[in-house]
Amino acid sequence: MRLVARRLVLLVPTLLGVATLVFGFLHLLPGDPAEIMLGESAAPADVAALRRDLGLDRPLAAQYTRFIAGALRGDLGRSIAFQAPVTHVIVARYPATLELAAAAFVLAVALALPLGIAGAMRPGSSLDRAARLVTLAGACVPSFWLGPMLIFVFSMELGWFPVSGRGGLAHLVLPAVTLGLAMTGVLVRLTRTSLLAALGDGYVRTARAKGVGEWRVVSVHALRNALLPVTTVAGLQVGALLAGAIITETIFAWPGIGRLVVQAIDARDYLLVQGCVLAIGLTYVAVNTLTDLLQRAIDPRLRDGG
Amino acid sequence: MAARRRAAVAGAAGLVLLAFAGIGAGTLVPIDPGATQLAERLRPPAAGHRFGQDSLGRDVAARVLHGARISLAVGSATVVISLVVGAFLGALAGYRGGWIDEALTRLIDVLLAFPGLLLAIALAAVLGPSVGNVVVALSALGWTGYARLARAEVASLRRREFVEAAEGLGGGTFRILARHLLPLAAPALVVQATFGMAGAIVAEASLSFLGLGAPAPLPSWGAMIEEGRPFLLVAPHLTIFPGLALAATVLCLQLLGDGLCDLLDVRRRVD
Repeated sequence: MRLVARRLVLLVPTLLGVATLVFGFLHLLPGDPAEIMLGESAAPADVAALRRDLGLDRPLAAQYTRFIAGALRGDLGRSIAFQAPVTHVIVARYPATLELAAAAFVLAVALALPLGIAGAMRPGSSLDRAARLVTLAGACVPSFWLGPMLIFVFSMELGWFPVSGRGGLAHLVLPAVTLGLAMTGVLVRLTRTSLLAALGDGYVRTARAKGVGEWRVVSVHALRNALLPVTTVAGLQVGALLAGAIITETIFAWPGIGRLVVQAIDARDYLLVQGCVLAIGLTYVAVNTLTDLLQRAIDPRLRDGG
Repeated sequence: MAARRRAAVAGAAGLVLLAFAGIGAGTLVPIDPGATQLAERLRPPAAGHRFGQDSLGRDVAARVLHGARISLAVGSATVVISLVVGAFLGALAGYRGGWIDEALTRLIDVLLAFPGLLLAIALAAVLGPSVGNVVVALSALGWTGYARLARAEVASLRRREFVEAAEGLGGGTFRILARHLLPLAAPALVVQATFGMAGAIVAEASLSFLGLGAPAPLPSWGAMIEEGRPFLLVAPHLTIFPGLALAATVLCLQLLGDGLCDLLDVRRRVD
């Protein structure tokens, strides 16, 4: 309990840092945000009015205090493109991104663990070769190419899945594969390497010498230790999923926060861009904290060290 | 190990070929990559236009080859800037410790609290689409990985006798870092740079795919994939060839990085 409290207290400076960076991104970069948002042809009076609305005419410290206070209340300003509070627009889109990221995560774990385990148990076998291929594909095939290729083959040529949009399970398959492939590759590699290392450890040799069956050696003894780094990396990969959602949602017209970022950038709606970046950053921090706590819960060595 | 070494050599050879193909693009395919022929738009691969023609009738092969220049240039520039800044700051923090180390660690923690691509997208969106801005956006976050690695490497070496001897002989911080410590951290940094270049090339293509990278009509592979997307059914070659070029480039860098990892014996440190 004390550990959880300590970890949560440590979150405060990180969250403040995240909010400060997001603030700095709009306020400290060259150019006038009001001018950028309204475009070059905007009347000076309109630019001045927007500057006043955004509080850009005040000293930087005052702007910063206002931003932090607003963020704490959930007030991130008003979206020009959607004519609605930024928080409302983001909250409406968030479930779609969570659904896609969750599907990609489940798919990646469900594929990676069996492949990684099979690869480690039978190095050089055809399953091991498949595991290596998935690792290589995950590292080399970018999602913005994989997505269109999947659409071409499975939607246009074979007609198995819809081309785009959000709906039932059929709509989820191609976007989840596109988003999850890179993570699958990372996890396959890590599971394989980690299990191979564990299988060479002394306690595994002892278990085998005692006559414990191979399946039990792997599932009860080696895997429990081998999966610790996999848990950490799987948690960290959620951040990559959230960033990858920007591209995947654009390809499949998936109505989530990733597509919203691109729409906001196209509309020069920088308050909305700022809000989306903050929302994704906060989610990332929350997931990393949860991963950290989960890892300490399942690994007694970390608990002892505090 | 031997298979890994062969793969690394293949990766290096592939990269050299790619670099030559990019440099000699005008000789290999003597067609202007920007020359439009609207009457021949969306033509499939044929003699004279080996990779076909795009929606403006431009030669896809010429554009893919010229695209290699952008990918390699952005990838190299990003890696060099990130490596120099990251290695210097990380080594300084690892050697001096104290408030410098504390400040750098906090800064990196905050920067890594964002998914990398997201921050690059946000920065590129505010800075505007240009090749230079892509390098700035990618380097703004890219240095953190090198800084962490250099910090860990230098911190593990700073109490060693040869460092104390150099200090005893009056060597200053920068001399000790440059002459004694960074050369020992170099192998791990080189391997990280190889993987980092693959990451930078994909990130550049991602930004260009979203319209935030190299501005039109520059033939960036990411932008070409995006331009080809509406014509997938009638002209899949527009998407296939730049994607293959990108995947092959990343594959070469991955193979090279993996091989170097074993050759320089730094797998544990980089992983």
